[in-house]
Amino acid sequence: MAKMVTVTIDGKNIEAEEGKNLMQVARQNGIFIPSLCYYEHIEPPLGTCRVCTCKINGKFGPACTEKISEGLTVEVNSPELLDTRKAVVEMMFAEGNHICPACEKSGMCDLQHMGYELGVSSTRFQHLFKDRVIDFNPTRMVMEHNRCIKCLRCVVDVKTSEGKKVFNYQNRGNETFVGIDYEQEAKLTEAEAVNAMKICPTGAIILRGVSMAEPFGERKFDRESVQHNYNVKKKPVSRPALMSKKIVATVSLAGCFGCHMSLLDVDEELLDLVELVSFDKSPLTDFKNFTNRCHIGLIEGGVCNSENVETLRKFREHCDILVSLGECSIWGGLPTMRNSIPLSECLEEAYLNSATSEPGANIIPYHEDLPKILDRVYACNEIVKIDYYIPGCPPDANHIWKAVKNILWGEEYSILYSEFKYD
Amino acid sequence: MEEPRQTLLLNQLWELQSANGFINDADIKRLASGFNLSDVEVEGVVSFYHFFHRKPTGKYSIYLNNSIVADLKGFHRIKETFERETGATFGSVDRTGTFGLFLTPCIGLSDQEPSALINFYPFTNLNAIKVKDIVTQLKKGVAPETICDIPADNIRYTPPGNKSVFFKPFEAGSAIERAGKLGPEKVLEELKKAELAGRGGAYYPTWKKWDAARLQPAVPKYVVCNADEGEPGTFKDRVLINTQARSLVEGMMICGYTVGAEQGIIYLRGEYRWLQHKLDEAIREYREVGLLGRECAGLKGFRFDIRVQIGAGSYVCGEETALLESLEGKRGEPRTKWFFPVEKGYLQQPTVINNVETFCAAARIIETGTDAYMQLGIPGSPGIKLLSVSGDCKLPGIYEIEWGMTVAELLELCGAEDPYYIQVSGPSGECISIREKYRRISMLDLLARKDIRCGGSFMIFSKQRDLVKVLLNFSEFFKSESCGICTPCRAGNFIIQRKLERLSLGLANEKDLQELKSWGTIMKNTSRCGLGKTATNSLIYAMDKFHDYFTGKLDKEFNGLNQRFDMEGAVKDYEKYKI
Ligand SMILES: Cc1cc2nc3c(=O)[nH]c(=O)nc-3n(C[C@H](O)[C@H](O)[C@H](O)COP(=O)(O)O)c2cc1C
Ligand code: SF4
Ligand code: SF4
Ligand code: SF4
Ligand code: FES
Repeated sequence: MAKMVTVTIDGKNIEAEEGKNLMQVARQNGIFIPSLCYYEHIEPPLGTCRVCTCKINGKFGPACTEKISEGLTVEVNSPELLDTRKAVVEMMFAEGNHICPACEKSGMCDLQHMGYELGVSSTRFQHLFKDRVIDFNPTRMVMEHNRCIKCLRCVVDVKTSEGKKVFNYQNRGNETFVGIDYEQEAKLTEAEAVNAMKICPTGAIILRGVSMAEPFGERKFDRESVQHNYNVKKKPVSRPALMSKKIVATVSLAGCFGCHMSLLDVDEELLDLVELVSFDKSPLTDFKNFTNRCHIGLIEGGVCNSENVETLRKFREHCDILVSLGECSIWGGLPTMRNSIPLSECLEEAYLNSATSEPGANIIPYHEDLPKILDRVYACNEIVKIDYYIPGCPPDANHIWKAVKNILWGEEYSILYSEFKYD
Repeated sequence: MEEPRQTLLLNQLWELQSANGFINDADIKRLASGFNLSDVEVEGVVSFYHFFHRKPTGKYSIYLNNSIVADLKGFHRIKETFERETGATFGSVDRTGTFGLFLTPCIGLSDQEPSALINFYPFTNLNAIKVKDIVTQLKKGVAPETICDIPADNIRYTPPGNKSVFFKPFEAGSAIERAGKLGPEKVLEELKKAELAGRGGAYYPTWKKWDAARLQPAVPKYVVCNADEGEPGTFKDRVLINTQARSLVEGMMICGYTVGAEQGIIYLRGEYRWLQHKLDEAIREYREVGLLGRECAGLKGFRFDIRVQIGAGSYVCGEETALLESLEGKRGEPRTKWFFPVEKGYLQQPTVINNVETFCAAARIIETGTDAYMQLGIPGSPGIKLLSVSGDCKLPGIYEIEWGMTVAELLELCGAEDPYYIQVSGPSGECISIREKYRRISMLDLLARKDIRCGGSFMIFSKQRDLVKVLLNFSEFFKSESCGICTPCRAGNFIIQRKLERLSLGLANEKDLQELKSWGTIMKNTSRCGLGKTATNSLIYAMDKFHDYFTGKLDKEFNGLNQRFDMEGAVKDYEKYKI
């Protein structure tokens, strides 16, 4: 019989079996410690993602590789720890190329979900846009290296009946990727292959024909947070008595106008809004130039050509506050799919070799009057200072206006889990 | 216990790499089926190590050191000369398949830079003429081993009055004989009294580690010597192996005797292959006179032997648990802290891992007893320490100092003119400014930050050196040496490097400096092993200690527009389509 000892987690005394995994004990006692690589049946624990970092007896360390011992004191939820864990998740987004709206796993992806849980709205780190491939060679699987967070789960857990590994890391450092053994992969049973896709916390391991079985909108993480104590109560909104009218400018750079569509998607509240704000330069007014100094500029889309750069700089000059609206504006979003491909290849594909180009086409447009295409798509904050970010692809209409009202008038607001979505 | 076969994988890969210059697809398949692994697993091991290649590397593979010290001593000139003379560019092989040029981090010859390894033989103090000459000879078919240099030991200083601990003559068998008379408990007591602490840089009390291993019931146990010496600017272990292989062997024997282990393994970094014969000779000599083997050193029931394992180019393999993985023939990824090596180490058995200098020191302390040793150094930090001094000074080399010497004294001894910035304990250590030159070097007061605890490397930079360039070199080093298994180090080092590049281009503003510091701290707090935990140390210290220097590097015009967003650069690719 194992010895029972007392540990303290965030001030709460807990009886637990000596030698047990701290993560497991915390979970059993209803304490939420974020995690990504931790998988209960794998022992020794993997300890790769570092999302579970806590302060253990005063020192930083991951909860998932800590054994319970008498008197262990654990701090989970200090502001510093909350920010540290959030930063680690942000690093994963900055390091990989995660384009959730185009991902099979969206809605059941642990990484995406952890993003919501920790309130990641934009990453503080510049995206690295590392060139990675998608491996279509295996018979049943597709390895989407852009999405792998190197959690080690598949490497350790997926084996053939002969006990051979199907996945293993290759290279090292930032070049590390999960190699897949085609020969061994073919030997997996269907159930084992499905399991491989399931244990992957991201959309890196995709099984052909199976990955889209569950419809979007009804997936595991689509509706609810796992943190039941998460604040979903709608606070009564207090509107300050006197709200002076503010001037708003908007623009869509390398975006799809989706964010602008969303902006209008507030139904009858729109009538309220026009009482509060007037639009200056914006596709909504079709003003081509600024007529006034603006209080706030809402930027949709990233920066893909020289005209975008100029427009954005103008916005910075004419607006007190700039807000990046939506993923493309925040870090480049969908258009960054081209960032790991040389420009020449993109242009040739678009103008010469695509199915829709004129037969015999041999011209890539270039003219003084045409905007010049940049070498890659840039995030707006790489060109000018951005004051606020509203995430989403597109952000929910209510979310946008709540945030804007908060910025302009300091109006308090809370956002529902279902409104706070990236995709 | 028979060591399982996968432990041989690294050796077999070395054989193939040396014989053919690369490891081909058929080799991978054959090794995989031989070791009962999947192909992807063998590929994973091969691709982890810098010295294993999947493409031909030429008849002569040339590894030129790109550490910061080499950079000070004219690395770029040498690099150009190699490229011009061989017709190859770095990272590839020339058209005739004769020369393969590669860059590699510090090869442990910082006292004689620029230096390179050609087919793993050392060539030191390179200059353009020498490079030209070497390449000409190689083209004629002269074997590199016949024209390589024999690196000097450069032992510049030992405590005056013949008080050297490490470098006095050593009589084979003298220390183990005394250990046998003392018995394990007394050996531990003496080490405790001498306050011997790990010289690999962590300064964990050696007696504690040995005692913990001794108390483990599981057998067999192992003694492992960490001769990976990967910290840039460090070369003390090289000199110890070259001059004191016997005291190293004997230190390991004493450890084996104390903890109850029968097998010792020396993990020698691939860069030091040219030194392997020194270890082999010492081991052979010991075996021949019956000091190693059964009933060794005449001690009843004590049986001990030692073998050498060669690493294959990976800094992180110096981290003790990564080293164990590597010894087991795997990728050198550090383990979690779920078990300590003394509980479950090599092959999940109790294992003691110590640095070369630690074993040598243990042998010397036991050989002569603690009295003489305790006379040296200062109270609370008795004894001596080997420092590898390099950079901007007249006399780079090994300094055997008594603990307690000040930075100023050391700078004086090595003839440093105009020192300004000193990197102590390598890139993962601490940087100090010349203003701190009266600080002592000792094991004391680490927390109070009064004394400096130096792991071994002491790199000196004079005022005209560009600090950001130095830090960028370090950052590049950590980025490429990260094992890649945990997020903060794998991604963080890359992110930090990008940011430093911005700083070096004058694009950064005050916010970037704050971010560098805060991100560095996050990496420190969340990384899995010492590499990631210490990678941003120097940066964080430097930003405090050289505050004015950093603010001087900022973009002063910042007004909300990132002025220096380089529009011309960004549209350069597109301009090609101008008709
Ligand atoms: C990234 C990294 C690299 C290391 N490299 C070395 C090394 O090259 N040589 C060494 O002796 N210790 C190295 N260490 C320290 C070892 O992990 C370990 O502490 C040491 O071998 C223990 O021996 P000691 O107690 O005698 O110092 C390294 C640690 C880290 C985190
Ligand atoms: S759903 Fe998950 S794996 Fe897919 S892109 Fe988004 S974060 Fe990445
Ligand atoms: S493929 Fe999936 S399971 Fe495997 S390491 Fe990457 S994220 Fe983890
Ligand atoms: S800190 Fe770096 S070297 Fe250490 S385990 Fe993590 S990735 Fe590997
Ligand atoms: S859950 Fe603990 S490190 Fe990943």
